[in-house]
Amino acid sequence: MSTQAAIELKNICKRFGPVVANNNVCLTANRGEILSILGENGSGKTTLMNMISGIYFPDEGQIFINGEEAVIASPKDAFDYKIGMIHQHFKLVDVFTATENIVLGLDEGKYNLKEAEKKVQEICDLYGFELDPKKKIYTMSVSEKQTVEIVKVLYRGADILILDEPTAVLTPIEIRKLFAVLKKMREDGKVIIIITHKLNEVMEISDRVSVLRKGEYIGTVNTSETSESELTEMMVGKKIDLNIERTQSENVTPRLEVHHINCSNREGLKVLDDVSFVANAGEILGIAGIAGSGQRELLESIAGLQKLDSGAVLYRNPKTGKMDNLATKTPLQIRELGVRLSFVPEDRLGMGLVGNMDIVDNMMLRSYTKGKGLFLERKAPRDLAEHIIDDLEVVTPDANTPVRRLSGGNVQKVLVGREIAASPTVLMAAYPVRGLDINSSYMIYNLLNQQKERGVAVIFVGEDLDVLLALCDRILVIGSGRITGLVDARTATKEEIGLLMTKTEAMAQSDDEGGEQNG
Amino acid sequence: MISAFIRTAIPLGVPLLYGSTGEIITEKSGHLNLGIPGIMYVGSIGGVIGAFLYENACGNVLENMNPFLTIFIPLICSLLGSILMGLIYSFLTVTLRANQNVTGLALTTFGIGIGNFFGGSLSKLVNSDMPNIILTKTSSLYRTSLPFADKLGWFGEIFLSHDFLTYFSVIVALVAAFVLNRTRVGLNLRAVGENPATADAAGINVTRYKYISTCIGSAIAGLGGLQYVMAYANGVWSNNAFGDRGWMAIALVIFALWKPNMAILGSFLFGALCNVNNYLTGLGTATQELFKMLPYVVTLVVLIITSMRKKREHQPPQSLGLPYFREER
Amino acid sequence: MADKTAQKVHREPWLHIAKRSEIPGWQAWLIRLAAILIAFVLVGIISSLLTGEGIGEVYGIMIRGVFGRLFEGQFSAKMMWRFLQSTAILLCLSLAVTPAFKMKFWNCGAEGQALIGGLVAMICMMNLSGLPYWLLLVVIVVTSTLAGAVWGLIPALFKAQYGTNETLFTLMMNYVATQITAYYVYLVGKGSGTINPVDTGNLPVLFGAPYLLNILIVAILTVALFIYLKNSKQGYEITVVGESQNTARYIGINVKKVIIRTMMISGALCGVAGMLLVAGTNHSVNTNTVGGQGFTAIMVSWLGQFNAFIMAGMAALIVFLKSGAAKVADTFFLNSSYADIVSGIVILFLVGCEFFIRYTVKIRRNKKEETV
Repeated sequence: MSTQAAIELKNICKRFGPVVANNNVCLTANRGEILSILGENGSGKTTLMNMISGIYFPDEGQIFINGEEAVIASPKDAFDYKIGMIHQHFKLVDVFTATENIVLGLDEGKYNLKEAEKKVQEICDLYGFELDPKKKIYTMSVSEKQTVEIVKVLYRGADILILDEPTAVLTPIEIRKLFAVLKKMREDGKVIIIITHKLNEVMEISDRVSVLRKGEYIGTVNTSETSESELTEMMVGKKIDLNIERTQSENVTPRLEVHHINCSNREGLKVLDDVSFVANAGEILGIAGIAGSGQRELLESIAGLQKLDSGAVLYRNPKTGKMDNLATKTPLQIRELGVRLSFVPEDRLGMGLVGNMDIVDNMMLRSYTKGKGLFLERKAPRDLAEHIIDDLEVVTPDANTPVRRLSGGNVQKVLVGREIAASPTVLMAAYPVRGLDINSSYMIYNLLNQQKERGVAVIFVGEDLDVLLALCDRILVIGSGRITGLVDARTATKEEIGLLMTKTEAMAQSDDEGGEQNG
Repeated sequence: MISAFIRTAIPLGVPLLYGSTGEIITEKSGHLNLGIPGIMYVGSIGGVIGAFLYENACGNVLENMNPFLTIFIPLICSLLGSILMGLIYSFLTVTLRANQNVTGLALTTFGIGIGNFFGGSLSKLVNSDMPNIILTKTSSLYRTSLPFADKLGWFGEIFLSHDFLTYFSVIVALVAAFVLNRTRVGLNLRAVGENPATADAAGINVTRYKYISTCIGSAIAGLGGLQYVMAYANGVWSNNAFGDRGWMAIALVIFALWKPNMAILGSFLFGALCNVNNYLTGLGTATQELFKMLPYVVTLVVLIITSMRKKREHQPPQSLGLPYFREER
Repeated sequence: MADKTAQKVHREPWLHIAKRSEIPGWQAWLIRLAAILIAFVLVGIISSLLTGEGIGEVYGIMIRGVFGRLFEGQFSAKMMWRFLQSTAILLCLSLAVTPAFKMKFWNCGAEGQALIGGLVAMICMMNLSGLPYWLLLVVIVVTSTLAGAVWGLIPALFKAQYGTNETLFTLMMNYVATQITAYYVYLVGKGSGTINPVDTGNLPVLFGAPYLLNILIVAILTVALFIYLKNSKQGYEITVVGESQNTARYIGINVKKVIIRTMMISGALCGVAGMLLVAGTNHSVNTNTVGGQGFTAIMVSWLGQFNAFIMAGMAALIVFLKSGAAKVADTFFLNSSYADIVSGIVILFLVGCEFFIRYTVKIRRNKKEETV
């Protein structure tokens, strides 16, 4: 090979306690190329990159930079090797300006913010970033913050840029801008490593792709010589035949009607824009969309956790046929109405469960108010805990173990088990299989199907389109807080949904930006 | 009358200024050091011990005492004492990640104990024939005011009649403000207090910043104790005389919105508020006690208003009170 | 070249701190016990240096100073009562701050909440002596408890509504209470700065033991608080709010209401402590009535892991150290603040040892080093 590898990893291993995050991973990246690291959630991509950027130190293996062995024990060492990482969770100080964040931790002689601002502006002009160097971080949008992160590593003269899922939080327009910038940097001779699990982006942007699966290095291919299906196979091991059962229910009747709800976040930005749909009993309604398009707010609105600007959430009581508006009620009031609404939130240990409490006490979260008197009744929750541990095969020493000590899959079983035990009439689940192993995932799918057969209106927010298409009856597509489509999962295709997730959003953007768009 | 009021208010503000400047520097690193009241006692007694031993060594004769050493020995002893306290605090809260509130309160108990214990037992411990600690000779040097103080009328009275530690307190606060806002070190320090994970990722040695800022902050706060006993109290130590000035210094940090230059203004305002009751003798002792509440009430009002307005620049450092552990994210 | 690499490898930190997954309870207590022992040895050495006596003799004086000549068979009931009384008051304040702490509300205002309770008790005792004794007692208990509750309520309202920093708020409230008390003392004491003990509205003396009622009340409160936190619905809500406000929101707990209610309970218990100090112990009030115990209580609560019974043990330990050290100081004509130094050292050791319970320190050996 004529070009020397800018960075080369040899047999890197990293363990966290008993968990092997990376095992014998080898990797090379050359100057002037974009390398994608592809892998599912939990395949060890981020851990690997953290070792290059000095956050973790490998247990075994070597890292070579420009052919020489490098020891990267701290982020500072990484800077010295001209490595810059853009983390998924931005590492910025909110009350500082863009420039202050960019020069943070640097030692470049005299401290002169004016000079630094000028230099920042130059970098922005060179690669085509739009950024006000004097703007404070807490007033910025996500995409602006990302820009600050990228400019920060460039300012430090980074040659090797690592981006951890940079597109997860961006709109399609912003993604396009980001990719244009990345290509310019490639032309400039920089090494760009981009971590992602989105195949279309891999195909679009990268020169080569390295695939990881469950901490193991699978292989590297040239993008021009591969296809999405080959990459998928490398990523998941075998062709995905999901083989999820889809039952057909009788008695599909409207259960929940959402009418024109609008909702704003704390900064006053609209996160739900005129959302309307109907969820039926005996049906799984899927919700698809790019992460952060308003899925969380939508579910929380129904659960009574969001203050709505306007609109109504009507619940049709299956016994009386009466309609109740849930939009103006708190979770407690909803429960008092006799509405059995279960909700498996995305943030399991931060919202659905309390990590430091044991399984029994976590069972009580939904039911502790039951019974008269001032005191807790622990008998029923204990029985329920034992029941769930048995039925869902939760791996735990006993029911008195704090849930934070359980593995991800078992935590989710405890949570889903509790929510189903309330024999709900509406069951909402946000990313219920995220980070779970195959067996646990299938158990969750089966539980959702069982609920559907029982005549529950199930709402399932997912990220994997294959799963959504196989499991759901109808799929609602949401983009930037708007409903952009509603398809029949039995007939729809992945491409169709993918298009809906992005297309209308772009249109919405062009509405806002007027005639500015020309390419 | 007015110039006399201002002249007497200023010394009341000086220990507060030292204390709050020190606490601001510490809090900027994310550590709420409730040990400051104790540290100020230690700074005070440190100076007293140094001066006491030196005066005794010179046979309590002013002529035998070297002016430079008379100033320097207590100063060094004071700094050593308070820095040692700062080290204990940072070892526990930074390295051992102990709860900051509990550590700080324990340190305050400990520090006030040290101050009063040595204040009350020093003569006994060194078998001195001086029953009480009255360091008038050292104090007279510490209280040297600027020339022309008594010749320039009200101007001299207000601005020139003070001891050197008073002027130094303002300089320290100004320097602290400059360092925090205009230098790289200050930027890094503020980042550590706002978001240590970010600072760490930016290659800043979070632990070192926390240690150094806590120790420097403690040293500065300790000087407040020294100034009090040597200049304000004429070198006379009496137990608990320093009172709650340490807590008022912590209150002042809130009042100053974590800005040292605001602390200059605030400390002299607090000094004036504390001084009001001395000038309102007609109200009787009881009502005077009510007036002593003023600084705390004013602080509460500021605390409430800033939390209501939620202006980001006026909030405490974001990670104030939280321990930082790199692998815990 | 090989040398250079080896040198570089050394840059990896050889001391590595990692979070422990879990540690058996007995091991944790072994670590705490070890910390107490080390602190005791240190205290012994310092005392021995200051007094010239041996370590054993110093502790002998401490024990005699607290319990009387226990080993010589001369048990002093009077001293025992005084010890239990001091422990009870400190424990009462520690119990008071615990619900707030469990909710992660840093109530540093026990000092002021107790003082205001004591002050109100005193005002009742001085001004309502015309009431029948039993009615006066009821009024004293109710008003002082309410006064403490109000003092806890004020910072809670602002915390719930605006997120105002409660540590700083409650700290400031202490001094407002102190100055109000000072005002009253000078007003009633006619400038002398002291109020003579009054004999109206004193808590009854049971079985001839002057502090027995205080001790019983605190014993009942200890059991009650333990049950309240562990087995009541409100206690459960406190735990959930303290662990995760998001979870509390998710299951429909009104977080603001819980904050306000819990702080009122916390303040009310402080008010009870103040009432016990004034109506049950001193029969008078001054700015030093609580005497910093409100702050010590914060440490006791923390060291007792928010468990009422462990807190009782911690309170007894602190009281033993304080009164024992005071006796040592007294014996050797040293200043009584020696007690603060001693208790400070022990608390600092206990605070520090928590690290070894939550983290392990691993000494890492690098493979590279072995091969070089």
